Amino acid sequence: MTTRQPEVDAAAASGPPSLMDRAKERLESLGALSRMTGQVFSRAVRPPYDWRGLVYHTESLGVRSLPIALLTAMFAGLVISLQFGYFLSRFGVQYTVGRVVILTLFRELAPVLTALTVGARIGSGIAAELGAMTVTEQVDAIRALGADPLRKLVVPRVLACLIVLPVLTVFADVVGLVAGALVVNFQYAITLNLFFQGALDAVLMPDFASGVFKGAVFGLIIGLVGCFRGLTVEGGTEGVGRATTQTVATTSVSVCLADFFITQLTLSL
Amino acid sequence: MRSSSQTPSEFAFQPPRPGEQLIYFEHLTKAFGAKRVYDDMDLDVRAGETLVVMGGSGTGKSVLLKCLIGLLSPDTGRILFQGHDLTRFTEEQFIPVRRHVAMVFQGAALFDSLNVGENVAYPLREHFPDMPADEVRARVAEKLALVDLPNTERLMPSDLSGGMRKRVGLARAIATEPEVILWDEPTTGLDPVTTQSINVLINSMKTRLGCTSIVVTHDMVSAFTVGDRIAMLANRRIVQVGNPREMLHSTVPEVRAFLDARRVELFPGGAR
Repeated sequence: MTTRQPEVDAAAASGPPSLMDRAKERLESLGALSRMTGQVFSRAVRPPYDWRGLVYHTESLGVRSLPIALLTAMFAGLVISLQFGYFLSRFGVQYTVGRVVILTLFRELAPVLTALTVGARIGSGIAAELGAMTVTEQVDAIRALGADPLRKLVVPRVLACLIVLPVLTVFADVVGLVAGALVVNFQYAITLNLFFQGALDAVLMPDFASGVFKGAVFGLIIGLVGCFRGLTVEGGTEGVGRATTQTVATTSVSVCLADFFITQLTLSL
Repeated sequence: MRSSSQTPSEFAFQPPRPGEQLIYFEHLTKAFGAKRVYDDMDLDVRAGETLVVMGGSGTGKSVLLKCLIGLLSPDTGRILFQGHDLTRFTEEQFIPVRRHVAMVFQGAALFDSLNVGENVAYPLREHFPDMPADEVRARVAEKLALVDLPNTERLMPSDLSGGMRKRVGLARAIATEPEVILWDEPTTGLDPVTTQSINVLINSMKTRLGCTSIVVTHDMVSAFTVGDRIAMLANRRIVQVGNPREMLHSTVPEVRAFLDARRVELFPGGAR
Protein backbone atom coordinates (compact mmCIF):
# COMPACT_ATOMS: atom_id res chain seq x y z
CA MET A 1 0.00 0.00 0.00
CA THR A 2 1.49 3.34 -1.00
CA THR A 3 1.62 6.17 1.47
CA ARG A 4 0.81 9.49 -0.13
CA GLN A 5 2.62 12.65 0.80
CA PRO A 6 0.62 15.07 2.93
CA GLU A 7 -1.00 17.79 0.90
CA VAL A 8 0.63 21.21 1.12
CA ASP A 9 -1.95 23.76 2.20
CA ALA A 10 -2.00 25.97 -0.87
CA ALA A 11 -3.88 28.73 0.90
CA ALA A 12 -1.25 28.95 3.62
CA ALA A 13 1.59 28.81 1.12
CA SER A 14 0.27 31.53 -1.16
CA GLY A 15 0.27 34.30 1.49
CA PRO A 16 -2.45 36.92 2.07
CA PRO A 17 -5.28 37.09 -0.50
CA SER A 18 -4.85 39.55 -3.36
CA LEU A 19 -7.19 42.47 -4.05
CA MET A 20 -8.76 40.42 -6.84
CA ASP A 21 -9.39 37.50 -4.49
CA ARG A 22 -10.99 39.77 -1.93
CA ALA A 23 -13.20 41.41 -4.57
CA LYS A 24 -14.23 37.96 -5.78
CA GLU A 25 -14.97 36.91 -2.21
CA ARG A 26 -17.15 40.01 -1.67
CA LEU A 27 -19.06 39.37 -4.89
CA GLU A 28 -19.62 35.73 -3.95
CA SER A 29 -20.84 36.87 -0.55
CA LEU A 30 -23.24 39.33 -2.20
CA GLY A 31 -24.48 36.57 -4.48
CA ALA A 32 -25.07 34.25 -1.53
CA LEU A 33 -26.94 37.02 0.33
CA SER A 34 -29.14 37.63 -2.73
CA ARG A 35 -29.85 33.91 -2.99
CA MET A 36 -30.75 33.77 0.70
CA THR A 37 -33.04 36.78 0.27
CA GLY A 38 -34.95 34.98 -2.46
CA GLN A 39 -35.21 31.82 -0.35
CA VAL A 40 -36.44 33.80 2.66
CA PHE A 41 -39.19 35.48 0.63
CA SER A 42 -40.30 32.21 -0.95
CA ARG A 43 -40.58 30.64 2.53
CA ALA A 44 -42.22 33.70 4.09
CA VAL A 45 -45.19 33.57 1.72
CA ARG A 46 -45.75 29.81 1.95
CA PRO A 47 -47.31 28.05 4.97
CA PRO A 48 -46.73 26.92 7.65
CA TYR A 49 -46.39 30.36 9.24
CA ASP A 50 -44.52 30.67 12.53
CA TRP A 51 -46.77 33.25 14.23
CA ARG A 52 -45.37 32.50 17.69
CA GLY A 53 -41.81 33.07 16.50
CA LEU A 54 -42.82 36.28 14.74
CA VAL A 55 -44.54 37.68 17.84
CA TYR A 56 -41.62 36.63 20.06
CA HIS A 57 -38.99 38.29 17.86
CA THR A 58 -41.09 41.40 17.21
CA GLU A 59 -41.42 41.82 20.96
CA SER A 60 -37.81 41.02 21.79
CA LEU A 61 -36.32 43.14 18.99
CA GLY A 62 -38.86 45.96 19.07
CA VAL A 63 -39.84 46.61 22.67
CA ARG A 64 -36.28 46.28 23.93
CA SER A 65 -35.06 48.71 21.26
CA LEU A 66 -37.67 51.32 22.15
CA PRO A 67 -35.61 53.21 24.80
CA ILE A 68 -32.57 53.68 22.55
CA ALA A 69 -34.76 54.64 19.57
CA LEU A 70 -36.72 57.22 21.59
CA LEU A 71 -33.61 58.64 23.24
CA THR A 72 -31.91 59.08 19.86
CA ALA A 73 -35.03 60.66 18.38
CA MET A 74 -35.42 63.02 21.33
CA PHE A 75 -31.89 64.35 21.06
CA ALA A 76 -32.12 64.55 17.26
CA GLY A 77 -35.32 66.60 17.64
CA LEU A 78 -33.71 68.85 20.25
CA VAL A 79 -30.56 69.51 18.26
CA ILE A 80 -32.12 70.16 14.85
CA SER A 81 -34.76 72.43 16.41
CA LEU A 82 -32.08 74.42 18.15
CA GLN A 83 -29.99 74.64 15.00
CA PHE A 84 -32.83 75.54 12.66
CA GLY A 85 -34.30 77.95 15.21
CA TYR A 86 -30.97 79.75 15.40
CA PHE A 87 -30.43 79.99 11.63
CA LEU A 88 -34.02 80.84 10.75
CA SER A 89 -34.05 83.60 13.37
CA ARG A 90 -31.17 85.23 11.49
CA PHE A 91 -33.57 85.72 8.59
CA GLY A 92 -36.47 86.62 10.84
CA VAL A 93 -38.49 83.56 9.91
CA GLN A 94 -38.03 81.52 13.09
CA TYR A 95 -41.80 80.87 13.14
CA THR A 96 -41.24 78.42 10.24
CA VAL A 97 -39.03 76.18 12.39
CA GLY A 98 -41.85 73.64 12.88
CA ARG A 99 -42.14 73.13 9.12
CA VAL A 100 -38.43 72.56 8.65
CA VAL A 101 -38.10 70.29 11.66
CA ILE A 102 -41.02 68.05 10.75
CA LEU A 103 -39.85 67.58 7.17
CA THR A 104 -36.28 66.86 8.23
CA LEU A 105 -37.41 64.44 10.89
CA PHE A 106 -40.09 62.60 8.95
CA ARG A 107 -38.24 62.28 5.66
CA GLU A 108 -34.71 61.74 6.86
CA LEU A 109 -33.56 61.84 10.44
CA ALA A 110 -36.08 59.59 12.17
CA PRO A 111 -35.74 56.60 9.80
CA VAL A 112 -31.98 56.93 9.28
CA LEU A 113 -30.98 57.54 12.89
CA THR A 114 -33.31 54.79 14.08
CA ALA A 115 -31.83 52.39 11.55
CA LEU A 116 -28.26 53.30 12.45
CA THR A 117 -28.66 53.05 16.23
CA VAL A 118 -31.32 50.39 16.61
CA GLY A 119 -30.13 48.57 13.51
CA ALA A 120 -26.63 48.20 14.91
CA ARG A 121 -28.10 46.76 18.09
CA ILE A 122 -30.57 44.43 16.39
CA GLY A 123 -28.32 43.36 13.52
CA SER A 124 -25.31 42.58 15.69
CA GLY A 125 -27.56 40.78 18.19
CA ILE A 126 -29.00 38.57 15.45
CA ALA A 127 -25.54 37.90 13.98
CA ALA A 128 -24.15 36.97 17.40
CA GLU A 129 -27.07 34.69 18.26
CA LEU A 130 -27.13 32.85 14.94
CA GLY A 131 -23.32 32.83 14.82
CA ALA A 132 -23.16 31.12 18.22
CA MET A 133 -25.76 28.62 17.02
CA THR A 134 -23.72 27.98 13.88
CA VAL A 135 -20.43 27.33 15.67
CA THR A 136 -22.08 25.06 18.25
CA GLU A 137 -23.67 23.05 15.39
CA GLN A 138 -27.21 23.97 16.46
CA VAL A 139 -27.98 25.12 12.92
CA ASP A 140 -26.72 21.78 11.58
CA ALA A 141 -28.84 20.06 14.24
CA ILE A 142 -31.96 21.89 13.03
CA ARG A 143 -31.34 20.51 9.54
CA ALA A 144 -30.43 17.05 10.81
CA LEU A 145 -33.69 16.92 12.78
CA GLY A 146 -35.71 17.54 9.65
CA ALA A 147 -36.36 21.27 9.94
CA ASP A 148 -35.38 24.20 7.76
CA PRO A 149 -33.07 26.78 9.44
CA LEU A 150 -34.21 29.53 7.06
CA ARG A 151 -37.84 28.97 8.00
CA LYS A 152 -37.11 28.48 11.71
CA LEU A 153 -34.45 31.11 12.31
CA VAL A 154 -34.31 33.62 9.48
CA VAL A 155 -37.92 34.23 8.35
CA PRO A 156 -39.29 35.27 11.78
CA ARG A 157 -36.32 37.54 12.48
CA VAL A 158 -36.38 39.25 9.08
CA LEU A 159 -40.16 39.76 9.24
CA ALA A 160 -39.83 41.09 12.80
CA CYS A 161 -37.23 43.63 11.60
CA LEU A 162 -39.54 44.55 8.73
CA ILE A 163 -42.31 45.32 11.25
CA VAL A 164 -40.21 46.83 14.03
CA LEU A 165 -38.20 49.45 12.14
CA PRO A 166 -41.19 51.32 10.58
CA VAL A 167 -43.01 51.28 13.93
CA LEU A 168 -39.96 52.62 15.74
CA THR A 169 -39.61 55.25 13.00
CA VAL A 170 -43.15 56.48 13.72
CA PHE A 171 -42.39 56.63 17.45
CA ALA A 172 -39.17 58.52 16.65
CA ASP A 173 -41.15 60.97 14.48
CA VAL A 174 -43.49 61.80 17.36
CA VAL A 175 -40.86 61.99 20.11
CA GLY A 176 -38.43 64.03 17.98
CA LEU A 177 -41.17 66.48 17.04
CA VAL A 178 -42.39 66.95 20.61
CA ALA A 179 -38.83 67.40 21.89
CA GLY A 180 -38.19 69.96 19.13
CA ALA A 181 -41.37 71.86 19.93
CA LEU A 182 -40.48 72.08 23.61
CA VAL A 183 -36.93 73.30 23.05
CA VAL A 184 -37.86 76.06 20.57
CA ASN A 185 -40.64 77.11 22.90
CA PHE A 186 -38.12 77.48 25.70
CA GLN A 187 -35.25 78.89 23.64
CA TYR A 188 -36.96 81.06 21.01
CA ALA A 189 -40.35 81.67 22.62
CA ILE A 190 -42.19 80.03 19.72
CA THR A 191 -45.49 78.75 21.06
CA LEU A 192 -46.33 75.08 20.80
CA ASN A 193 -49.44 76.03 18.84
CA LEU A 194 -47.43 77.97 16.25
CA PHE A 195 -44.84 75.19 15.99
CA PHE A 196 -47.35 72.40 15.46
CA GLN A 197 -49.63 74.49 13.23
CA GLY A 198 -46.69 75.25 10.93
CA ALA A 199 -45.51 71.66 11.06
CA LEU A 200 -48.87 70.15 10.19
CA ASP A 201 -49.45 72.68 7.41
CA ALA A 202 -46.13 71.78 5.83
CA VAL A 203 -46.14 68.03 6.02
CA LEU A 204 -47.86 65.87 3.42
CA MET A 205 -48.75 62.22 3.58
CA PRO A 206 -45.93 61.26 1.13
CA ASP A 207 -43.40 62.87 3.49
CA PHE A 208 -44.58 60.65 6.32
CA ALA A 209 -44.94 57.57 4.10
CA SER A 210 -41.46 58.07 2.65
CA GLY A 211 -39.93 57.84 6.14
CA VAL A 212 -41.96 54.78 7.07
CA PHE A 213 -41.05 53.12 3.76
CA LYS A 214 -37.39 53.84 4.43
CA GLY A 215 -37.79 52.24 7.86
CA ALA A 216 -39.21 49.08 6.27
CA VAL A 217 -36.39 48.83 3.73
CA PHE A 218 -33.77 49.47 6.43
CA GLY A 219 -35.41 46.82 8.61
CA LEU A 220 -35.21 44.33 5.78
CA ILE A 221 -31.53 45.12 5.21
CA ILE A 222 -30.71 44.83 8.93
CA GLY A 223 -32.54 41.51 9.33
CA LEU A 224 -31.09 39.93 6.21
CA VAL A 225 -27.51 41.08 6.82
CA GLY A 226 -27.60 40.03 10.50
CA CYS A 227 -28.98 36.58 9.65
CA PHE A 228 -26.60 36.10 6.72
CA ARG A 229 -23.53 37.04 8.74
CA GLY A 230 -24.64 34.79 11.59
CA LEU A 231 -25.28 31.75 9.42
CA THR A 232 -22.01 32.10 7.51
CA VAL A 233 -19.76 32.38 10.56
CA GLU A 234 -16.48 30.53 10.24
CA GLY A 235 -13.68 30.15 12.74
CA GLY A 236 -15.38 29.50 16.07
CA THR A 237 -16.04 32.18 18.65
CA GLU A 238 -13.53 34.53 17.02
CA GLY A 239 -15.65 34.28 13.89
CA VAL A 240 -18.76 35.24 15.86
CA GLY A 241 -17.05 38.43 17.05
CA ARG A 242 -15.97 39.20 13.48
CA ALA A 243 -19.49 38.61 12.19
CA THR A 244 -21.05 41.02 14.67
CA THR A 245 -18.66 43.87 13.82
CA GLN A 246 -19.04 43.16 10.10
CA THR A 247 -22.81 43.31 10.54
CA VAL A 248 -22.65 46.77 12.09
CA ALA A 249 -20.35 48.02 9.32
CA THR A 250 -22.36 46.43 6.50
CA THR A 251 -25.76 47.56 7.78
CA SER A 252 -24.54 51.14 8.38
CA VAL A 253 -23.11 51.46 4.86
CA SER A 254 -26.11 49.70 3.30
CA VAL A 255 -28.57 51.94 5.16
CA CYS A 256 -26.78 55.08 3.92
CA LEU A 257 -26.68 53.75 0.36
CA ALA A 258 -30.31 52.69 0.41
CA ASP A 259 -31.27 56.05 1.92
CA PHE A 260 -29.75 57.88 -1.05
CA PHE A 261 -31.56 55.75 -3.62
CA ILE A 262 -34.91 55.77 -1.80
CA THR A 263 -34.70 59.56 -1.43
CA GLN A 264 -34.00 59.87 -5.16
CA LEU A 265 -36.93 57.58 -5.88
CA THR A 266 -39.44 59.25 -3.55
CA LEU A 267 -38.52 62.74 -4.71
CA SER A 268 -39.00 61.77 -8.33
CA LEU A 269 -42.48 60.36 -7.72
CA MET B 1 -28.01 -3.85 -3.55
CA ARG B 2 -31.22 -2.25 -4.75
CA SER B 3 -31.31 -0.30 -7.97
CA SER B 4 -29.98 3.24 -7.80
CA SER B 5 -32.20 4.37 -10.64
CA GLN B 6 -35.02 5.26 -8.22
CA THR B 7 -35.72 8.98 -8.11
CA PRO B 8 -35.13 10.71 -4.76
CA SER B 9 -38.84 11.43 -4.27
CA GLU B 10 -39.50 7.69 -4.10
CA PHE B 11 -37.38 7.28 -0.98
CA ALA B 12 -38.89 4.90 1.53
CA PHE B 13 -36.94 2.97 4.11
CA GLN B 14 -37.10 -0.81 3.70
CA PRO B 15 -36.32 -2.89 6.82
CA PRO B 16 -32.97 -4.50 5.95
CA ARG B 17 -31.82 -8.03 6.75
CA PRO B 18 -29.05 -8.10 9.39
CA GLY B 19 -25.64 -7.94 7.79
CA GLU B 20 -27.01 -6.65 4.48
CA GLN B 21 -25.16 -3.69 2.97
CA LEU B 22 -27.12 -0.62 4.07
CA ILE B 23 -24.89 2.31 3.15
CA TYR B 24 -22.11 2.52 0.62
CA PHE B 25 -19.74 5.45 0.18
CA GLU B 26 -18.51 5.00 -3.38
CA HIS B 27 -15.44 6.77 -4.84
CA LEU B 28 -16.02 9.76 -2.60
CA THR B 29 -14.01 12.92 -3.19
CA LYS B 30 -14.29 16.01 -1.05
CA ALA B 31 -12.17 19.13 -0.68
CA PHE B 32 -12.44 22.36 1.28
CA GLY B 33 -10.67 24.90 -0.89
CA ALA B 34 -7.15 23.61 -1.41
CA LYS B 35 -7.44 21.02 1.36
CA ARG B 36 -8.49 17.62 0.04
CA VAL B 37 -10.28 15.49 2.62
CA TYR B 38 -11.23 12.40 0.60
CA ASP B 39 -9.71 11.07 -2.55
CA ASP B 40 -11.61 8.19 -4.15
CA MET B 41 -12.71 6.88 -0.75
CA ASP B 42 -14.85 3.75 -0.44
CA LEU B 43 -16.61 2.37 2.64
CA ASP B 44 -19.62 0.17 3.25
CA VAL B 45 -21.86 -0.06 6.31
CA ARG B 46 -23.88 -3.19 7.08
CA ALA B 47 -27.30 -3.32 8.69
CA GLY B 48 -27.27 -3.84 12.45
CA GLU B 49 -23.55 -3.30 12.95
CA THR B 50 -21.63 -0.66 14.84
CA LEU B 51 -18.97 0.62 12.48
CA VAL B 52 -16.30 2.79 14.04
CA VAL B 53 -14.45 5.22 11.79
CA MET B 54 -11.15 5.98 13.45
CA GLY B 55 -8.58 8.54 12.45
CA GLY B 56 -6.55 11.50 13.60
CA SER B 57 -7.86 15.02 14.08
CA GLY B 58 -8.69 16.81 10.84
CA THR B 59 -8.81 13.66 8.70
CA GLY B 60 -12.47 14.21 7.82
CA LYS B 61 -14.23 11.75 10.11
CA SER B 62 -17.10 14.10 10.93
CA VAL B 63 -17.32 15.17 7.28
CA LEU B 64 -18.25 11.58 6.44
CA LEU B 65 -21.28 11.70 8.76
CA LYS B 66 -22.29 15.14 7.54
CA CYS B 67 -22.15 13.98 3.92
CA LEU B 68 -24.35 11.01 4.78
CA ILE B 69 -27.02 13.12 6.46
CA GLY B 70 -26.87 15.84 3.80
CA LEU B 71 -25.28 18.63 5.83
CA LEU B 72 -22.36 18.61 3.37
CA SER B 73 -22.13 17.40 -0.21
CA PRO B 74 -19.24 15.38 -1.60
CA ASP B 75 -17.55 16.82 -4.69
CA THR B 76 -17.76 13.57 -6.63
CA GLY B 77 -18.77 9.98 -5.91
CA ARG B 78 -21.98 8.52 -4.59
CA ILE B 79 -23.48 7.76 -1.20
CA LEU B 80 -25.91 4.89 -1.59
CA PHE B 81 -28.46 4.35 1.16
CA GLN B 82 -30.46 1.22 0.40
CA GLY B 83 -29.63 1.87 -3.23
CA HIS B 84 -30.74 5.51 -3.22
CA ASP B 85 -28.02 7.89 -4.31
CA LEU B 86 -28.18 10.55 -1.58
CA THR B 87 -25.83 12.88 -3.45
CA ARG B 88 -28.69 13.57 -5.88
CA PHE B 89 -31.13 14.51 -3.12
CA THR B 90 -32.26 18.08 -2.59
CA GLU B 91 -32.62 19.54 0.91
CA GLU B 92 -36.35 18.82 0.81
CA GLN B 93 -35.83 15.26 -0.37
CA PHE B 94 -33.43 14.66 2.52
CA ILE B 95 -36.14 15.24 5.14
CA PRO B 96 -37.57 11.67 5.06
CA VAL B 97 -34.00 10.31 5.11
CA ARG B 98 -33.35 12.28 8.30
CA ARG B 99 -36.24 10.52 10.01
CA HIS B 100 -34.36 7.24 9.56
CA VAL B 101 -30.81 8.54 10.02
CA ALA B 102 -30.17 10.57 13.18
CA MET B 103 -27.03 12.26 14.36
CA VAL B 104 -25.61 12.77 17.84
CA PHE B 105 -23.39 15.83 17.56
CA GLN B 106 -19.97 16.19 19.16
CA GLY B 107 -21.05 18.96 21.52
CA ALA B 108 -24.62 17.60 21.66
CA ALA B 109 -25.84 20.77 19.83
CA LEU B 110 -28.81 21.15 22.14
CA PHE B 111 -30.95 24.22 21.50
CA ASP B 112 -30.05 26.64 24.31
CA SER B 113 -33.41 28.38 24.27
CA LEU B 114 -35.41 25.15 24.72
CA ASN B 115 -35.56 22.94 27.80
CA VAL B 116 -34.64 19.25 27.70
CA GLY B 117 -38.19 18.11 27.00
CA GLU B 118 -38.63 20.59 24.13
CA ASN B 119 -35.26 19.57 22.70
CA VAL B 120 -36.25 15.90 22.62
CA ALA B 121 -39.70 16.74 21.26
CA TYR B 122 -38.23 18.87 18.45
CA PRO B 123 -37.79 16.13 15.80
CA LEU B 124 -41.20 14.67 16.68
CA ARG B 125 -42.90 18.00 15.98
CA GLU B 126 -41.00 18.31 12.70
CA HIS B 127 -41.49 14.79 11.36
CA PHE B 128 -44.91 14.09 12.91
CA PRO B 129 -46.70 17.45 13.11
CA ASP B 130 -50.03 15.72 13.76
CA MET B 131 -48.80 13.68 16.72
CA PRO B 132 -50.99 14.48 19.77
CA ALA B 133 -49.29 16.43 22.57
CA ASP B 134 -49.85 13.57 25.06
CA GLU B 135 -48.09 11.12 22.77
CA VAL B 136 -45.20 13.56 22.25
CA ARG B 137 -44.85 13.93 26.04
CA ALA B 138 -44.95 10.14 26.51
CA ARG B 139 -42.36 9.58 23.77
CA VAL B 140 -40.07 12.24 25.27
CA ALA B 141 -40.32 10.66 28.74
CA GLU B 142 -39.66 7.20 27.27
CA LYS B 143 -36.54 8.32 25.40
CA LEU B 144 -35.18 10.24 28.39
CA ALA B 145 -35.68 7.15 30.55
CA LEU B 146 -33.85 5.10 27.92
CA VAL B 147 -30.76 7.30 28.31
CA ASP B 148 -31.05 7.19 32.12
CA LEU B 149 -32.26 10.76 32.49
CA PRO B 150 -35.85 10.35 33.65
CA ASN B 151 -37.85 13.41 34.78
CA THR B 152 -35.37 15.94 33.42
CA GLU B 153 -37.77 17.52 30.91
CA ARG B 154 -37.82 20.89 32.63
CA LEU B 155 -34.06 21.34 32.95
CA MET B 156 -32.32 23.76 30.62
CA PRO B 157 -29.24 22.65 28.62
CA SER B 158 -27.11 25.05 30.68
CA ASP B 159 -28.02 23.01 33.80
CA LEU B 160 -26.52 19.80 32.38
CA SER B 161 -23.04 18.30 32.58
CA GLY B 162 -21.15 17.24 29.42
CA GLY B 163 -22.21 13.62 29.77
CA MET B 164 -25.84 14.54 30.42
CA ARG B 165 -25.86 16.80 27.37
CA LYS B 166 -24.63 13.90 25.21
CA ARG B 167 -27.39 11.72 26.63
CA VAL B 168 -30.05 14.32 25.90
CA GLY B 169 -28.55 14.66 22.41
CA LEU B 170 -28.99 10.91 22.01
CA ALA B 171 -32.55 11.00 23.37
CA ARG B 172 -33.35 13.70 20.81
CA ALA B 173 -31.69 11.69 18.03
CA ILE B 174 -33.65 8.51 18.83
CA ALA B 175 -36.98 10.27 19.38
CA THR B 176 -38.13 9.41 15.86
CA GLU B 177 -36.87 5.85 16.30
CA PRO B 178 -34.31 5.98 13.50
CA GLU B 179 -32.67 2.91 12.02
CA VAL B 180 -29.23 4.50 11.76
CA ILE B 181 -27.49 6.57 14.44
CA LEU B 182 -24.43 8.66 13.59
CA TRP B 183 -22.19 9.41 16.56
CA ASP B 184 -19.76 12.29 16.14
CA GLU B 185 -16.93 11.93 18.68
CA PRO B 186 -19.29 10.70 21.40
CA THR B 187 -16.65 10.47 24.15
CA THR B 188 -14.48 13.48 23.38
CA GLY B 189 -13.98 15.71 26.41
CA LEU B 190 -15.57 13.30 28.88
CA ASP B 191 -14.00 11.76 31.96
CA PRO B 192 -13.24 7.98 31.87
CA VAL B 193 -16.32 6.99 33.90
CA THR B 194 -18.68 9.05 31.75
CA THR B 195 -16.88 7.77 28.64
CA GLN B 196 -17.56 4.21 29.72
CA SER B 197 -21.23 5.00 30.37
CA ILE B 198 -21.52 6.45 26.86
CA ASN B 199 -19.89 3.32 25.42
CA VAL B 200 -22.42 1.20 27.31
CA LEU B 201 -25.18 3.40 25.91
CA ILE B 202 -23.94 2.96 22.32
CA ASN B 203 -23.92 -0.80 22.78
CA SER B 204 -27.35 -0.76 24.40
CA MET B 205 -28.80 1.16 21.42
CA LYS B 206 -27.80 -1.77 19.23
CA THR B 207 -29.24 -4.44 21.51
CA ARG B 208 -32.39 -2.56 22.59
CA LEU B 209 -33.31 -0.74 19.38
CA GLY B 210 -31.52 -2.86 16.77
CA CYS B 211 -29.95 0.29 15.30
CA THR B 212 -27.06 0.47 12.90
CA SER B 213 -24.45 2.87 14.27
CA ILE B 214 -21.58 4.73 12.68
CA VAL B 215 -19.26 6.10 15.34
CA VAL B 216 -16.44 8.46 14.44
CA THR B 217 -13.81 8.81 17.11
CA HIS B 218 -10.11 9.00 17.80
CA ASP B 219 -10.67 7.37 21.20
CA MET B 220 -9.27 3.87 20.69
CA VAL B 221 -10.66 2.42 23.92
CA SER B 222 -14.11 3.51 22.85
CA ALA B 223 -13.53 2.22 19.30
CA PHE B 224 -12.53 -1.25 20.50
CA THR B 225 -15.34 -1.33 23.09
CA VAL B 226 -18.24 -0.54 20.77
CA GLY B 227 -17.06 -1.45 17.28
CA ASP B 228 -18.14 -4.59 15.40
CA ARG B 229 -15.89 -3.35 12.61
CA ILE B 230 -13.35 -0.55 12.65
CA ALA B 231 -12.37 1.51 9.61
CA MET B 232 -9.15 3.52 9.68
CA LEU B 233 -9.29 6.84 7.83
CA ALA B 234 -5.90 8.20 6.87
CA ASN B 235 -4.36 9.91 3.86
CA ARG B 236 -7.78 10.84 2.48
CA ARG B 237 -9.14 7.30 2.27
CA ILE B 238 -9.96 4.20 4.29
CA VAL B 239 -6.69 2.35 4.65
CA GLN B 240 -8.11 -0.71 6.43
CA VAL B 241 -11.45 -2.08 7.63
CA GLY B 242 -11.69 -5.05 9.94
CA ASN B 243 -12.99 -6.38 13.20
CA PRO B 244 -11.25 -5.21 16.40
CA ARG B 245 -8.98 -8.29 16.51
CA GLU B 246 -7.85 -7.78 12.89
CA MET B 247 -7.18 -4.10 13.55
CA LEU B 248 -5.24 -4.86 16.72
CA HIS B 249 -2.88 -7.09 14.75
CA SER B 250 -2.80 -4.88 11.68
CA THR B 251 0.43 -4.36 9.78
CA VAL B 252 -0.87 -1.33 7.86
CA PRO B 253 1.54 1.49 8.80
CA GLU B 254 -1.17 4.11 9.44
CA VAL B 255 -3.09 1.75 11.75
CA ARG B 256 0.06 0.63 13.53
CA ALA B 257 1.16 4.24 14.04
CA PHE B 258 -2.21 5.04 15.60
CA LEU B 259 -2.17 1.98 17.89
CA ASP B 260 1.43 2.48 18.95
CA ALA B 261 0.90 6.17 19.68
CA ARG B 262 -1.96 5.25 22.00
CA ARG B 263 0.18 2.62 23.73
CA VAL B 264 2.92 5.20 24.36
CA GLU B 265 0.29 7.60 25.65
CA LEU B 266 -1.02 5.01 28.14
CA PHE B 267 2.35 3.57 29.14
CA PRO B 268 4.97 6.29 28.63
CA GLY B 269 7.68 4.18 30.34
CA GLY B 270 7.17 1.31 27.90
CA ALA B 271 4.30 -1.16 27.69
CA ARG B 272 4.79 -4.68 29.03
